[in-house]
Amino acid sequence: MENLEALANEAKAAIEAAADGAALEQLRVDYLGKKGQITALLKGLGKLSAEERPAAGAQINVVKQELQNLIGQRKSALESAAVEAQLAAETIDVSLPGRGQSTGGIHPVTRTMERMEDFFSAIGFEVVEGPEIEDDYHNFEALNIPAHHPARAMHDTFYVDEHTVLRTHTSPVQVRVMENQQPPLKVICPGRVYRCDSDLTHTPMFHQVEGLLIDEHSSFADLKGVIEEFLRVFFEKELEVRFRPSYFPFTEPSAEVDIQCVNCGGSGCRVCSQTGWLEVMGCGMVHPKVFEYSNIDTEKYSGFAFGMGVERLAMLRYGVNDLRLFFDNDLRFLEQF
Amino acid sequence: MIISEQWLREWVSPELSSEDLAHQITMAGLEVDAIDPVAGEFSGVVVAEIVSAEQHPDADKLRVCQVNTGSETVQIVCGAPNARAGLKAPLATVGGELPGNFKIKKARLRGVESFGMLCAGEELGLTDDSDGLMELPTDAPAGDDLRDYLRLDDNAIEIGLTPNRADCLGLAGIAREVGLLNNLPVNAPAIQPVAPAIDDSLPVELQAPERCPRFVGRVIRGIDVSRPSPLWLQEKLRRVGLRSIDAVVDVTNYVMMELGQPMHAFDFAKLEGGIRVRLAEQGESLELLDGQTLELNDDTLVIADHEKAVAMAGIMGGQQTAVSDSTVDLFLEVAFFTPDLMAGKARSYGLHTDASHRFERGVDFQLQVTAMERATALLLGIVGGQAGPLQETVAADYLPSRPDVSLREARIRKLLGFEMDPAEVERILSGLGLGVTRTGDGWKCTVPSWRFDIAIEADLLEELARVYGYNRLPVSHIHADLVIPAKPEQTLALSGIRNHLAARGYREAITYSFVEPALQKVFDPGLDPVALSNPISADMAVMRTSLLPGLVSAVLRNTNRQQPRVRLFESGLRFLPGDDCLKQVPTLAMVVTGDRFEEGWTGNAEPVDFFDLKGDVESLLCLTRAADSFHFEAASRDALHPGQTALVLRDEETVGYLGALHPSVCRELGLNAPAYVCEITLSALLQARLPAFSELSRFPEVRRDLAVLVDKTVPARELMENVRSSAGTYLTDLTLFDVYEGKGIDPKRKSLALGLTFRDSSRTLSDEDVNLAVNQVIDSLEKNYKAELRN
Repeated sequence: MENLEALANEAKAAIEAAADGAALEQLRVDYLGKKGQITALLKGLGKLSAEERPAAGAQINVVKQELQNLIGQRKSALESAAVEAQLAAETIDVSLPGRGQSTGGIHPVTRTMERMEDFFSAIGFEVVEGPEIEDDYHNFEALNIPAHHPARAMHDTFYVDEHTVLRTHTSPVQVRVMENQQPPLKVICPGRVYRCDSDLTHTPMFHQVEGLLIDEHSSFADLKGVIEEFLRVFFEKELEVRFRPSYFPFTEPSAEVDIQCVNCGGSGCRVCSQTGWLEVMGCGMVHPKVFEYSNIDTEKYSGFAFGMGVERLAMLRYGVNDLRLFFDNDLRFLEQF
Repeated sequence: MIISEQWLREWVSPELSSEDLAHQITMAGLEVDAIDPVAGEFSGVVVAEIVSAEQHPDADKLRVCQVNTGSETVQIVCGAPNARAGLKAPLATVGGELPGNFKIKKARLRGVESFGMLCAGEELGLTDDSDGLMELPTDAPAGDDLRDYLRLDDNAIEIGLTPNRADCLGLAGIAREVGLLNNLPVNAPAIQPVAPAIDDSLPVELQAPERCPRFVGRVIRGIDVSRPSPLWLQEKLRRVGLRSIDAVVDVTNYVMMELGQPMHAFDFAKLEGGIRVRLAEQGESLELLDGQTLELNDDTLVIADHEKAVAMAGIMGGQQTAVSDSTVDLFLEVAFFTPDLMAGKARSYGLHTDASHRFERGVDFQLQVTAMERATALLLGIVGGQAGPLQETVAADYLPSRPDVSLREARIRKLLGFEMDPAEVERILSGLGLGVTRTGDGWKCTVPSWRFDIAIEADLLEELARVYGYNRLPVSHIHADLVIPAKPEQTLALSGIRNHLAARGYREAITYSFVEPALQKVFDPGLDPVALSNPISADMAVMRTSLLPGLVSAVLRNTNRQQPRVRLFESGLRFLPGDDCLKQVPTLAMVVTGDRFEEGWTGNAEPVDFFDLKGDVESLLCLTRAADSFHFEAASRDALHPGQTALVLRDEETVGYLGALHPSVCRELGLNAPAYVCEITLSALLQARLPAFSELSRFPEVRRDLAVLVDKTVPARELMENVRSSAGTYLTDLTLFDVYEGKGIDPKRKSLALGLTFRDSSRTLSDEDVNLAVNQVIDSLEKNYKAELRN
């Protein structure tokens, strides 16, 4: 049995030196396989006397167990080394940019309109759209702006022919709603509008969101409530809001709404022309004549309407300082939204 | 409307700063647009008298003046042509300061010492006049501080009046408002009738009484038109934005600015026979005060004598009968013209005057006699003369009616949302000049002749709210019945499409709905677009029949700014003219040019092609869950590449197109790289299919690949449709995984490689089942397309 120890030492050294899984498997076969050297020693036990056999068998089994363990350990060491090596080889620079299509974006006017629509939809207003080439009746007449009314001069209208205009506001959509639906009504009308005016602060096309609510009990107090709430939600700020008497032929009383300047907080700056206030929208109680045009009972129903320029609010919200950028479609501008 | 604060305060003077006063009237609906000092900032300027003016020894254009400053006589060197002995003019004394921080120091001009500076109006920020020294009245006391003498500590308050507030187009109206807002009495100047000194008059006939129901005239004889307007008058006019012309014109302007009543003065000697207020004859010619001669339409009211038209009524006087240097006798006209019938008339001749502005909006129809007396008294005081009797001609039936208006307390509560104290209601309404009588449920109000905007109850509510103060009115939160809106699942929202395109690298553009006619024609030469009759410019003259002209222009603007890769989309209306009616069609358009991906490290840059755009379009179609209801067909279209254009059809109806811009169009526009465009009617993209579940098969699928050679002209879609219909019911999926043409195959043919997937829901398919199906496919392709199987 003196060569058992030698054999064991030889095997241990070989296992330790095995370079990969295949060499290790070969060693297992050579020593522990059916025809392996340790197996052969076990088989040779039969030649020993009954007294010697248990001790010799035990000795061989200890060695066998020992070699099995060593092979197992060596195997997992080799495996983990291989994984390590693979991982090391596969390491990348994760700071490199990702692959694929770049992401585009939504125009700031649309983005602003969507925020407005979200607010009003959440309180039950329906979004309605209508034609942009509009007849004189819906754009003016039915809104209590008869021909030659001085208020028409406020509109700088584009004409297609004597009776057809590019809508100067989205109010005609409200007229169409009143013609086709019975109160109570809650609608907002977003869209493009056109005025024949072009300079630093006017573009011949811009966007409005106008709203209309008609029911049996709405008052000027409700109008103030809705507008104040909207402006606070829109600007995500506690803002001072003031209502200033104004004139629109289709509402009475009519008001312009000013907010505390979002740029300077009311102390006066270039944005608010040093007044501390910014005019952001017009509104009022629906004029009884407008109801009459649409055959709505003015005794039973009352309502309010409001309208705001989308570009104006987008400029204030995002700090855009030039209205014309909205329609220039310069990618360097669009990419900022 | 500009008013002078000082002038206003002569009528009513609340204890408010200028800013607070401006804020107060703004919040009452008379929006103050600007408050400007009526003079520049200066100090140390006094009234001075030139005692003598001698030629400067060394300068042709300078004079050496001895000037009395009230306390001393100083020497001033002056270049003004009107510097002369006896003239009173402003003198900026040494140590004084002129606008722009210009400090006055002792100076030496061409060797002669000068102790101050005589000033022109412009140098003091008073007038635009820089021709010479400002000439002060001869009775101006030398030594008086000019600011005190001219009472220059005043502001011009500019008010942007809304068209309904014609009553505030005179100082009197604004004073009425200020008085009410501050609970103060208004001190209007006393206006007394002027007793006639002579009998002269002119007969007046109102031949169009519905347009001119009241005409007040007066003859004044023997005036001295050379007498200038007094300084106070010139100053008041200057501060409200009017230039002093002569005393007669100045007085008529003064009355207009004070009372709101425009009026006109004729040279009496040039009027023949009498006055007729009548409609113009068609084509009747009239030379106006501004020098232009108009051919009038027969809907235009004129003031005429027995021979000719002498003024466009309520708009502008005529040149021929105007007051001139030689005028000795005047005929004054103060009339009321019906606003509705004046509306738009001036504008139809391209005119807009202070008078037309007022008459169109409504002048107090009871004001004419008062205005005439006011003007007469002022005129007699300045230019002298003798007044004839005041002649009033009225067609009472045609004066505006002012029916009483009822106001119910309950409506105040309902529409303003609170109970207003009845005493406050009465204070406000009577303060505005309404007659207020209590009734059972509210009030009955008479409406004053100066208010053209009070006819119904809502008008009274507005007045109450306005004067009470909008910001004092209550705020409430709306309560509404919770109505759950319909949300049809088969209608997609445009926002979903926008977000989808944004995720695929597109940026939303918004372009003008009007485009350049020539560019429009490139894309839709067959359509006659809707043209604007008053376009803002020639390149924005027609309504787009396609979104592409605008969108392609936007691309071009970017490529011209070193942005070669552009992916844009836009949604909006196309305006399609039709025989019976115009169609306004919501449409989506996309355009791509430049590289497929942003420049990066992951691969070589490749330009986009048709199939990039088509893939994006197909991904939109998939949003509908009904992509199979769409297909593409080769087509040709103006402005697009004839070999790279497809129509998009949904259920056999054309809903759009996509393709490459025609190379010659690109060249013409200046696009250096190919661009791909598409335009699809939005309704087709928004109509979705409701998902419907079908059972998942538990049995395995079998895939077979086929490669076939067919003629290049065979469209892949058609071939695949044939495969689908010939493969039988087990075919669950069909993909085209390779297209090859070129080396190794007949140059007229191409190879298409198809993957066919079979599966059944009730059993595992056998080889025989699949072979049968594949053979049917092969037979059909051979028969229909002379297809050969490739190995």
